[in-house]
Amino acid sequence: MRHGKYPFVIGFLFAPVALYVTFVIWPYAQAFQISMTNWRGLSAPQWVGFDNYRRLLDDGAFWKAVQHHGVLLLALPLITIAIALFFAFLLNVGGKSSGGQRQGVWGAKFYRVVFFFPQVLAVAIIAVLFQMVYRPNESGLINGVLMKLGIEPILFLVKPNLALWSIIAVLVWQAVGFYVVLFSAGMASIPGEIYEAAEMDGATKVTLFFRVTLPLLWDTLQVAWVYLGIAAFDAFAIVAVLSVDGGGPDGATTVLAMEIYRNAFVYSKYGYASAMGVALFFLTLTFAALTLRLTKRESVEY
Amino acid sequence: MNPQSTLPPTPAALPPKTGDPSAPGGSGHEGPRSEVKLFAGLGHVALAVWAVIVIVPILWTFLAAFKNTSEIFSSPWTLPAELRWENFGRAWTKAHVGRYFLNSVIVVSCSTFLTMLLGSMAAYVLARYKFWGNRAVYFLFVSGLAFPVFLALVPLFFVVKNLGLLDTHTGVVLVYTAYSLPFTVFFLAAFFKTLPSSVAEAGMIDGCGHSRLFFQVMMPMAKPGLISVAIFNIIGQWAQYQLPLVLLSNAKDKWVLTQGIADISVNAGYEADWSGLFAALTIAILPMILVYAVFQRQIQAGLTSGAVK
Repeated sequence: MRHGKYPFVIGFLFAPVALYVTFVIWPYAQAFQISMTNWRGLSAPQWVGFDNYRRLLDDGAFWKAVQHHGVLLLALPLITIAIALFFAFLLNVGGKSSGGQRQGVWGAKFYRVVFFFPQVLAVAIIAVLFQMVYRPNESGLINGVLMKLGIEPILFLVKPNLALWSIIAVLVWQAVGFYVVLFSAGMASIPGEIYEAAEMDGATKVTLFFRVTLPLLWDTLQVAWVYLGIAAFDAFAIVAVLSVDGGGPDGATTVLAMEIYRNAFVYSKYGYASAMGVALFFLTLTFAALTLRLTKRESVEY
Repeated sequence: MNPQSTLPPTPAALPPKTGDPSAPGGSGHEGPRSEVKLFAGLGHVALAVWAVIVIVPILWTFLAAFKNTSEIFSSPWTLPAELRWENFGRAWTKAHVGRYFLNSVIVVSCSTFLTMLLGSMAAYVLARYKFWGNRAVYFLFVSGLAFPVFLALVPLFFVVKNLGLLDTHTGVVLVYTAYSLPFTVFFLAAFFKTLPSSVAEAGMIDGCGHSRLFFQVMMPMAKPGLISVAIFNIIGQWAQYQLPLVLLSNAKDKWVLTQGIADISVNAGYEADWSGLFAALTIAILPMILVYAVFQRQIQAGLTSGAVK
């Protein structure tokens, strides 16, 4: 078209594409190849076919990690979205209505600012913070109170069946504010007349929520579910820092990213770690495909 | 776990009481008005409880940063007996929080700058120029949104190692930038598409070259979009933990803040320097509060921009 277009296009694209291919695409491509070898870093890698994947099937730690992803995948979005929806509804529609204008409860702005704040903090920092909160003796924030009241301290991170839930609680603590803001944006775009009409017909707040807000917010909910699902497949920083010896006690909180890191950078089992990475990749892909299928539903036009 | 999430829907279950005549507004019905009050009342309790749950751990950390170890154990819920600023001094110099903080600032400012520069260049070309392979390059970038970083952790480590960039800030900056490009390109390409082409055409007629047009006309026009993505990248890169853990493992003087704080927390257990750890945490959290207080509107918009799109 215009003269000098191609030199310009190539000039602008070269650096970003080169950087991206070197550090993102190329490693991804290699991951599949390394996962078929028994490479441990010192000698040349030997091709072992699907051996690593066969070993994965008998690896207790791997299955524990997969199971934890399952728990995270259900619990994290459900709890976070439920709490965030409730708060977003209160903050946007919960108050009185005057002249058809929906209003949130008093102090809505303050709450939104406070709730969102944990999102700004790094997960690793939050993990250290909650290490202190959960400490098992009187120096912990929670157990300090319990012990003053003469109650036995709760061993949040040491009890195997409590540890994972203690970690989920922290993830929820951080995430709720983000989704309150996200849902608030969605609710703000729902026209006030719809609420007004429903109220004229004698709908209560609860009916309003389930019959008006929820269906009209479906698209945003879907986005939230995907985001939280992606978070559920990561969780490395929180598990690595907060849990007892990286995924403990005895693997009770381990996740795949943790196992990949351990196998690669502690045991130098590069081939095996890559096989886990590939397995995780297919898990993520399955999740994405399932979500798209299951949540596909006529969105309401308004 | 969170009592407020399981609050029964009382307002609906209760029979409507007589509305409070002093309640302003309202749609005329007696029932809904009292229901509003009850709902709002319960809602207020829930909101306040959550606000406390968010604020208290952070506030408690700030207070503990001024205590000494025996105070932390004997009276975790009281105000510190005196303001022990030396805790901060110890954290800043002996535990190297100052060093880590500075490293984080250096790495994140370099990588965000590079991400924005390269990302907007690529996005601009992909959004506004027709050429062979345009779609292919675009999808190459966008496909990166779907893959988690740790899938490729092992090969990435060796790519960086073979380039001689292991344990250097350059390596971390380049890797951060590369992994930030998918979202940046995806978001900015959509943004550049919305900009009117009349201005660009006018610039062209005035003899403006392609690059000058980009830097002097299009970039300023795209400022709102650029700010959103920049905030998104700054917060994401500041929070990175796994990549620096892998890429900087043997160079403790180059560690970033997240890594440093996690390490201090491990050592605090051995040395029993809990007040130092609380001070280190405070140093890590306080600047974020200040930044957030000033830019909270932009930060909320920036972080949610990807989802709202």
